[in-house]
Amino acid sequence: MMDLDEVDHNILRALMSDARMSSKALGEKLGLSQPATWRRIKRLKDAGVIKGRRLLLNREKLGLGVTVFLGIKLATKGRVSLEDFERAVSAIPEVLSVEHILGLYDYRLKVVARDIPDFERILRRRIMTLPGAGQVEANVLLSEERRRGPI
Amino acid sequence: MLDDVDRRILRQFQASPEASVAELAERCALTTASCWRRLEKLESSGVILGQEAIVDWQVLGFAVEVSLRVTLDKTQTTAFDEFINKARDVPEVLEIQTFLGRIDVRLSVIARDMAHYQDVYRTRILSLPHISDIEALMHVARIKSDEILPI
Repeated sequence: MMDLDEVDHNILRALMSDARMSSKALGEKLGLSQPATWRRIKRLKDAGVIKGRRLLLNREKLGLGVTVFLGIKLATKGRVSLEDFERAVSAIPEVLSVEHILGLYDYRLKVVARDIPDFERILRRRIMTLPGAGQVEANVLLSEERRRGPI
Repeated sequence: MLDDVDRRILRQFQASPEASVAELAERCALTTASCWRRLEKLESSGVILGQEAIVDWQVLGFAVEVSLRVTLDKTQTTAFDEFINKARDVPEVLEIQTFLGRIDVRLSVIARDMAHYQDVYRTRILSLPHISDIEALMHVARIKSDEILPI
């Protein structure tokens, strides 16, 4: 675990809202020299605190109007079936994320589709046919916001 | 509207958001100038929204992640807004999503350990307004998390 000071927190906050900011612009904003800012960013990256960046795209403008979260319960369990399921589900391009969870469901999937009929096609042809897939619960996403977290 | 070249650029850019315009151009078999022009257009038309740094909360010592599925008391017309406004004040809340389905809102909450989670849950979450039911799913592992859109 890494100890961060207030300056590191400010750098993380700034990069979480705009990862493209140069170390020069960021330094000016925070009252640091460009080399000092660069060193701190490098340290955060080397330690794995910053593990990469994500390109943010407007899903509607790309024709992907529907996002659905699926809770999936496996019908059959055992190590082999988990691995088979995970491999098969991760290979579906419309599945953006797969999380293994504990509780009511075994897996949580985030799925994008062009529209509801397209979602139905993905659900029937790709999700329901996955090895071991049992009960499925769907919740259609209406809005989503990411917060900056406890820093 | 997007053409095939735009889609090719977005696919490459999603896969490596840190790439320079020159690198992207090369991968898409375009000149740097035309790739740059297309990127400008994708940005001004709002297809590209920006870039965010991805922070690894585990490295920062937040080992516990819980998904809280909340049902609200919808007899109160302002339930959604008031709940979400208050949830934004809890620093440990990383994501707020609203749904059409069996659940109304989902909060993604992180904590240093189970004792910390228990404290956040009791003092900050249970005091949020208009909750009629709440269900916790414990996060075990992330199998796929790239959030790469099928373009």
